[in-house]
Amino acid sequence: MKGRVLAPGLAEGTALRLDEPLSFWGGVDPATGEIIDARHPQRGVSVAGRVLVMPSVRGSSSSSSVLAETVRAGCAPAAILLGEPDLILAVGAAVAEELYGVRIPILHLATADLASITDGTMVTVDEGGAVTLG
Amino acid sequence: MRLVVRAAEALGADRLIPITRAHVDSCLYHGEATIDFAERLLDGGAQVSVPTTLNVGGLDLLHPELWHGDPGAAERGRLLMNHYRTLGCQPTYTCAPYQLAAARPAFGEQVAWAESNAIVFCNSAIGARTERYGDFTDIACAITGRAPHAGLHRTDARRAVLVLRLGADIPPGLLDDGSLYPVLGIVLGRRAGSRVAAIDGLPPGVSEERLKAIGAAAASSGAVAMFHAVGSSPEAPTLEAALQGQEPDELVEIRLGELRAARDELTTSAGGAPAGTPIGTVSLGTPHASLAELRAVERELGGASPAAGVELLVSTSRGLLAEAEEEGLAQRLRAQGVELLVDTCSYIAPVLRSSPLPAMTDSGKWAFYAPGNIGVEVVFGSLRECVRSAVQGRVWRDDAPWGVA
Repeated sequence: MKGRVLAPGLAEGTALRLDEPLSFWGGVDPATGEIIDARHPQRGVSVAGRVLVMPSVRGSSSSSSVLAETVRAGCAPAAILLGEPDLILAVGAAVAEELYGVRIPILHLATADLASITDGTMVTVDEGGAVTLG
Repeated sequence: MRLVVRAAEALGADRLIPITRAHVDSCLYHGEATIDFAERLLDGGAQVSVPTTLNVGGLDLLHPELWHGDPGAAERGRLLMNHYRTLGCQPTYTCAPYQLAAARPAFGEQVAWAESNAIVFCNSAIGARTERYGDFTDIACAITGRAPHAGLHRTDARRAVLVLRLGADIPPGLLDDGSLYPVLGIVLGRRAGSRVAAIDGLPPGVSEERLKAIGAAAASSGAVAMFHAVGSSPEAPTLEAALQGQEPDELVEIRLGELRAARDELTTSAGGAPAGTPIGTVSLGTPHASLAELRAVERELGGASPAAGVELLVSTSRGLLAEAEEEGLAQRLRAQGVELLVDTCSYIAPVLRSSPLPAMTDSGKWAFYAPGNIGVEVVFGSLRECVRSAVQGRVWRDDAPWGVA
């Protein structure tokens, strides 16, 4: 499958499929990568090094900063696969690359493709937005 | 400019358009990455090219004595706020720039605003146009004076595609109760996600405070950047206008049960915090209180003060605090034991006194984020319920508007 590239990069990691939308600001501790949103069903799970599968987005415009800070702190997700395009995360990734030379690919995938990625699957993302499972 | 172009590519824009103003959220400290970015801009000699207001920062610069946290963190927050002043931004430090006459855009104006609640208000209550911008993009647009010609800058994208119709089982009295509006916002965010929705069935001329409460909650539970309150939003004198003459993709009836459930979920405190539950704190003013809301706090206090040991804190902007001081309102509130916080918010800065008891709020957004951000249990209620609860030191409920016996 192939996604539209919102931020380019290479990544490999196991999928973390979010059961509910998550705002990075107020939802992820940028020092640890842990989900801290009190109402989120996956509270306590870490996004660090995972390929985050987010069918929909929500929340704060500070999420760009929080994503960049997780990169600086070394606990960013490996990649983010979105069901709808999100400028706020794409720009967070662009700034992290500019400041720290670390690229977190962010892709927008078709709904059916995104739905086929189950939690825990090994996912590889390439520069052009191709996504390989298993 | 590279960031603005990157944003334009992500949004699929065909070109950039000039903007008249910007509102920048990047001045809130979230770790060293936020400082590193601002210093990169400063090193390049950047300056904003359009009038630019600043969102809340990490601390109250006018009342530093309210800070109860690590002094080192306060210094980093202060440094970042100063960096954005050096870039040419105005030190407004408010999440509600639309409440400042000088910062408020006119109908139809193209602007680049960040801060999720301000974005929704700008589009939905003023009819000025901004896409849902975030940190870094906001200052990049302010420096270049440009924004991508995409999303809500375009008339076609402002059409409501979802209609939320208020059910016939909603008691008319509930429409007069302040606690309905943040709850309705939570439901709107969940139902709409990032789509533009029209809310049909509200009375005409809903106040700006209530539109603000809907928007702030909807941008917390969803990614809402615009909604139409039919009969109140400037682009929605009628439902047909909100739909731009087309059919909606979806029409949903919002019944009382869904609203009641959303209201209950805003309270995280054990057992739903029935009347009589002791509370430690009441936090109002998220988004920043308007003068009308500050006056409502005084009216509801009715000359009383918060109970011993209970903190009643209201956040507002330094601009409106100056006006409240001019009319004596701020002095009267303080004399009655109300703490007034500016430049920041009580779920960002460590300002609330530590208490093992739950905190009460009238804000859907505060109820949404405070448990994760500052580790408090939350009780949600109307402004009246909050102020009376502060005076009694225990949860006071008026369930009648909700049709609860």
